[in-house]
Amino acid sequence: MALDDVYTEVLGEHSRNPDHKHHLACATCTMKGHNPSCGDEITLELNVEDGMVKEAAFTGVGCAISQASTDIMAELIRGKSVEEARGLAQKFISMIKGEITDEEELEELDEALALKNVAHMPARVKCAVLAWHTLDDALKSDK
Amino acid sequence: MADVQEFLKDFPLLNGEIDGKHIAYLDNGATTQKPHQVIQSICGYYGGCNANPHRGAYALSVKATDIYESARKRTAQFIKAKRPAEIIFTKNATEALNLVAYSYGLQNVGAGDEIVISISEHHSNLVPWQFVAKAKGATLKYIYLEEDGNLSQEDIETKITERTKIVAVTQVSNVLGLKNDVKSIVKKAHSVGAVCVVDGSQSVAHMAVDVQDLDCDFFAFSGHKMLSPMGIGVLYGKYEILDAMEPFLRGGDMIEYVQEQESTWAELPSKFEAGTQNVGGAAGLTAAIDYLEGITFDRIEAIEKDLVDYALPQLRELPYIELYGCDSKQDNKTGIIAFNIKDVHPHDVATILDNDGVAVRAGHHCAQPLHRYLQQNASCRASFYLYNTREDIDRWIAALKKVRGVLGYGA
Repeated sequence: MALDDVYTEVLGEHSRNPDHKHHLACATCTMKGHNPSCGDEITLELNVEDGMVKEAAFTGVGCAISQASTDIMAELIRGKSVEEARGLAQKFISMIKGEITDEEELEELDEALALKNVAHMPARVKCAVLAWHTLDDALKSDK
Repeated sequence: MADVQEFLKDFPLLNGEIDGKHIAYLDNGATTQKPHQVIQSICGYYGGCNANPHRGAYALSVKATDIYESARKRTAQFIKAKRPAEIIFTKNATEALNLVAYSYGLQNVGAGDEIVISISEHHSNLVPWQFVAKAKGATLKYIYLEEDGNLSQEDIETKITERTKIVAVTQVSNVLGLKNDVKSIVKKAHSVGAVCVVDGSQSVAHMAVDVQDLDCDFFAFSGHKMLSPMGIGVLYGKYEILDAMEPFLRGGDMIEYVQEQESTWAELPSKFEAGTQNVGGAAGLTAAIDYLEGITFDRIEAIEKDLVDYALPQLRELPYIELYGCDSKQDNKTGIIAFNIKDVHPHDVATILDNDGVAVRAGHHCAQPLHRYLQQNASCRASFYLYNTREDIDRWIAALKKVRGVLGYGA
């Protein structure tokens, strides 16, 4: 697989200039995510009201894949219901595990589709899914 | 000088292809590749000599015992131990260091005592001492670094005190690649009545080690970082100290008499080798020692130095590369180069290098406190061994030059 199948322009853009990498003054819930073996660390901050994810942001350090994945996720889940957001997280994780490959079924992942090829890089799967597992943990505990 | 093709031919993995690529293997600090002499010795053991040593009264078992005990003798000669009984076989250096922590540390460290280690320790020579300190109400103190990455001489002088019971240091840092003057640290430890534990994981495959000259009380290393199979490691300990220690693991082969309610222990070294041991691994270790001594450490050191001297000036020319431990004021740099590329996380660097068949380590290299001290989240590490060539370095540096571009940064 060619490098630019993974290090796509979308990924590069989100890792170099993340839109949502900042603190959230109105956060109702924060959740830390960590890959101890490689040191990726994120803190996800969410504003959840009336079952809706109104705002999402994050801070942390990590590789381009983990940081871009988190930024793309934050953009995607803003304005979604908690149920929808958790559904997206499940779908993303399934995509990276290679369980769902049908583009049509994955369409709602939008920009996150740019990370699809990480499924072919076993060593980097954990970088891609960190944010989404953290999101699921955050929304589970928010309930 | 770096024309080491004569060794290269001995390493089947380096001559083959991984996913269609010839690999430039620069992760020798993590584990080394194995020459066919070592692979053959393991096959030879399992194919012709396998039986449980120390047990059966039949020829094959005697043969297995012979192979195992010869490995002990060979290892004792290799690190210049006074007697074979001072060599305890373990699974790896981590188990060896845990043995010391449990069997010596818990017995000899008390409330208010101090254990002194360096900030550049691998977790295997750090976490066990945290455990002992916590369990006994002792304090764990750190020797920090000078600007150039070497251990602070002032810390060595001031932190090792009358309260110190154990000093544990690595002979070579697995990240910075700097060789510590452990002999003088041992001396300092002894001057206050402490024992000194030396982690030889990154040194024993790369330089001649003489434990009697170092005068260290314990010395630990892993076979797999010195051409041997995984699963065989060594703890050297001074006889009188080991003899006074309680066992670490209990069970078969380490006992003298077992009564219903109590037992007595076998003599050294059996006391510390409970259960069936890794005889195939010990056979491989013997073959690895033979192989290394055949080449000589003078040559191995010269090869690694040539590679470092060849790589460093080229790395320094790349303005986006940050190097760690490469400006030592002493002549003590070994074949380990830790680095980062500006704006790029080490894992992305490693993935991009891997795409060109260059294998380096990325992450914290089991040295989180050191990385925190260096104010780095993680780093990349290239580590060399006798079969590496200047061509490997060329491939590494050519791949490094691509990294920023792949991620959309200008050079």
